[in-house]
Amino acid sequence: MKRREFLKSMTALTAASAFSASAPAVWSAAKAQSRQETLLIVSESGPNNLDIHGVGTNVPGYEVSWNCYDRLISHEMKTLPNGTPYYDKYKFKPELAEDMAIGDMSVTFKLRKDATFQDGTPVTADDVKWSFDRAVTVGGFPTFQMSAGSLTKPEQFVVVDDHTFRVDFMKKDRLTVPDLAVIVPCVINSKLVKSKATEQDPWGLEFTKLNTVGSGAYKVTNWTAGSQVVLERNENWKGGPLPKIRRIVWRMVPDAGNRRALLERGDADVSYDLPNKDFSELKTDGKLAIVSTPYSNGIQYIGMNVQNPPFNDVRVRHAIAYAIPYQKIMDAVLYGLAKPMFGAPAGAPIEVAWPQPHKFNTDLDKAKQFLAEASVSNINVPISFDLGFAGVNEPIAVLVQESLAQIGVTTTINKVPGANWRTELTKKTMPLFENVFSGWLDYPEYFFYWCYHSGKSIFNTMDYQSPAMDALIDGARSAAATGDKATYDKDVKDFVDLAFTDMPRIPLYQPYVNVAMQKNISGYEYWFHRRLDYRAFAKG
Amino acid sequence: MLTMILKRAAMAIPSLIGVVIVTFLLTRALPGDPAAYFAGPAATPQAIQEVRVKLGLDKPLIEQFGRYVVDLGHGNLGNSLTTGQPVLTELRTRLPASAELTLLGLLVSIVIAVPLGILAATRPNSLIDHACRVVATLGVSLPVFFTGLILVYVFYYLLGWAPAPLGRLDVFFDPPPQVTGFYLIDSLIARQPELFMASLKQLILPALTLGIFSLAPIARMTRASMLAVLSSDFVRTARASGLSSFTVIVTYAFRNAMLPVITTLGMVFSFLLGANVLVEKVFAWPGIGSYAVEALLASDFAPVQGFVLTMAVMYVALNLMIDVLYGLIDPRVRLEA
Repeated sequence: MKRREFLKSMTALTAASAFSASAPAVWSAAKAQSRQETLLIVSESGPNNLDIHGVGTNVPGYEVSWNCYDRLISHEMKTLPNGTPYYDKYKFKPELAEDMAIGDMSVTFKLRKDATFQDGTPVTADDVKWSFDRAVTVGGFPTFQMSAGSLTKPEQFVVVDDHTFRVDFMKKDRLTVPDLAVIVPCVINSKLVKSKATEQDPWGLEFTKLNTVGSGAYKVTNWTAGSQVVLERNENWKGGPLPKIRRIVWRMVPDAGNRRALLERGDADVSYDLPNKDFSELKTDGKLAIVSTPYSNGIQYIGMNVQNPPFNDVRVRHAIAYAIPYQKIMDAVLYGLAKPMFGAPAGAPIEVAWPQPHKFNTDLDKAKQFLAEASVSNINVPISFDLGFAGVNEPIAVLVQESLAQIGVTTTINKVPGANWRTELTKKTMPLFENVFSGWLDYPEYFFYWCYHSGKSIFNTMDYQSPAMDALIDGARSAAATGDKATYDKDVKDFVDLAFTDMPRIPLYQPYVNVAMQKNISGYEYWFHRRLDYRAFAKG
Repeated sequence: MLTMILKRAAMAIPSLIGVVIVTFLLTRALPGDPAAYFAGPAATPQAIQEVRVKLGLDKPLIEQFGRYVVDLGHGNLGNSLTTGQPVLTELRTRLPASAELTLLGLLVSIVIAVPLGILAATRPNSLIDHACRVVATLGVSLPVFFTGLILVYVFYYLLGWAPAPLGRLDVFFDPPPQVTGFYLIDSLIARQPELFMASLKQLILPALTLGIFSLAPIARMTRASMLAVLSSDFVRTARASGLSSFTVIVTYAFRNAMLPVITTLGMVFSFLLGANVLVEKVFAWPGIGSYAVEALLASDFAPVQGFVLTMAVMYVALNLMIDVLYGLIDPRVRLEA
């Protein structure tokens, strides 16, 4: 009997102590203070590589690169009407370079003399050249991104002296300087990485995959793939004012409901990939600060393959454009958290801007009329989408399927797993599909070059070939390079008009980046890459 | 004993070879191109081909298989493409995470199910018996993630008793130095009682979820087995000899009824180990199930192969252990063989 009593009391004791301390980890003053200095971010997935130049680095990896590495220049911030700081695409600000002189066919940067890498080595122009050479040589996404600003050959990067660096232009391109402010041309500690390089890995990609070796404001002190990333502030950061948050803990919490629970209970500080329904509910609750900002230069659209029947006939494409249930999508899928890209008033002029709404709206009679004109009936096609973004894509596909059925177009839903989506898009054989595209460089001609220009453009998912469109896009790009505003404006208006007349893709809406934060967090900034910039955050 | 173990191990080898071949072929037969996935959203067909060559995926299948087997021989399970880490290192951290959770869940389950089963057997058709049946049915018919989410909702969100479902440890703790990979054991080895308590707290809710789910087979098996044993002759003799009820039920009847329960435990354990992906997703647990699923979704071959191989080896080892345990519990099994 005595032994049983003892066992019982021990179990009771363990159970009680295990359930004790309900408050979130605030046991002592020391803990409370360190909670104040730590920012806890929760998201569904995390980085698979800490180096944006790595093979197959995913988008969360870009966030690490942005915060741990510096670039030559960055952008100033402007303020949106709702008070959110937004990056100013026209105004550059020095980061590693303290001076930038743009010449006719080159741009020269004077580097800061006091900037050091996180191991103490000073940053020199040799490091910049090595990093840029790496970016244009490793292939894959980083090389592709550099080429968007006509940065393609290592010969373009010239070390003038230890603190002077020059980029020579292959041709005039308005996008060259903005392309130097994106995440890819980051400055890496070349001496350190070269010491870790091997014959099979001349650029040291294996080392930088696991270690951040930049001069940036933060460094990764602990990375457990799939679980958490811990970053600590670099006390010697010279690229800007010292960040207020000393430590960032970024945890991967796969369940969206739990992320919301963590936010609501105050156990997490920031989260930005909750379902739209949760965001709209949290907005009305008012317990958290929700910031919604439209994607810069980004659109979710319905694409059609214009080389093969039935969508090679522009009348059929117009029919589909009239049959999309636009408003239902805005209400039922997005809960209003997006900017509509449809239903512009009939007489409205085309602007020199992108994205801008087209004039189509849901009108099933007009849709049937166009189908009749094209003498096409009994269309039966699959509608494909990326399962990686099923939260938004699947309900849209269902609504579109339902609406198209009413005009006699039968569709089957084809769910393509995330791993296969790129392959499918590259093949350019899907007849009907939905996709989202947004460009880091916020210029209409940039978007159109990648999405509507014929030839090898991978984002031209509709396989759209139009000499007229090509001429207009090329004209706009060269007009931008030479500063010919009149021609530029005319070409932009014309190519947007042509896009809305030919309708190879049907823009639906401009998505929002939704971020939920505790009310005591300030300093959220919207950047073109849509990820978090930790350097401006402050708590309390 | 030793010869039996060696014989059993030898018999397991052909099945392991089969597992290796089948996983290799299956993962290669999966739709989806890891090269396209990793070349990224902006890749041209040329860039994808570059990545394909880099990943070694352009070689013929036989050559890839040959390289895989040679690597296996050296203990190299390849690298995960999604996380960039060697698969062996990841398995070494993720397997103990799942094992710790599953073992604790099983413990919770045993502590509830076995007494419940025994009570139900000793009082057939009473209230306890019906309660046992209801509890078991409820536990197994509610999906495991549903139970998990309900527990989080009630005990964390509403009551605030449980800690945040943020994984194995709270934000402020660093894991103990790795000895076994089990935080509970490692924190005791490192003499950090605070860390022990923190790990235990994080374990309670997911272990409870798993425990509730695995109650049913154990409770029912205990009950059925006990019923069979309680009606046997030697129990009647024991009762007739005037031994106390407790001695009869526990010392004599239960010891004899244990065999089927142990088998069930073995099956439940290996089932839980792989199938607790959903619990891992709900509680952000860095376990082996979610590791394999994420790799699968990215058409990442190496972790999937590593996972299947590990599971196969564990299952074989587990069955071997159970057979040995059989021999220990019931000498008749040992002598007959």
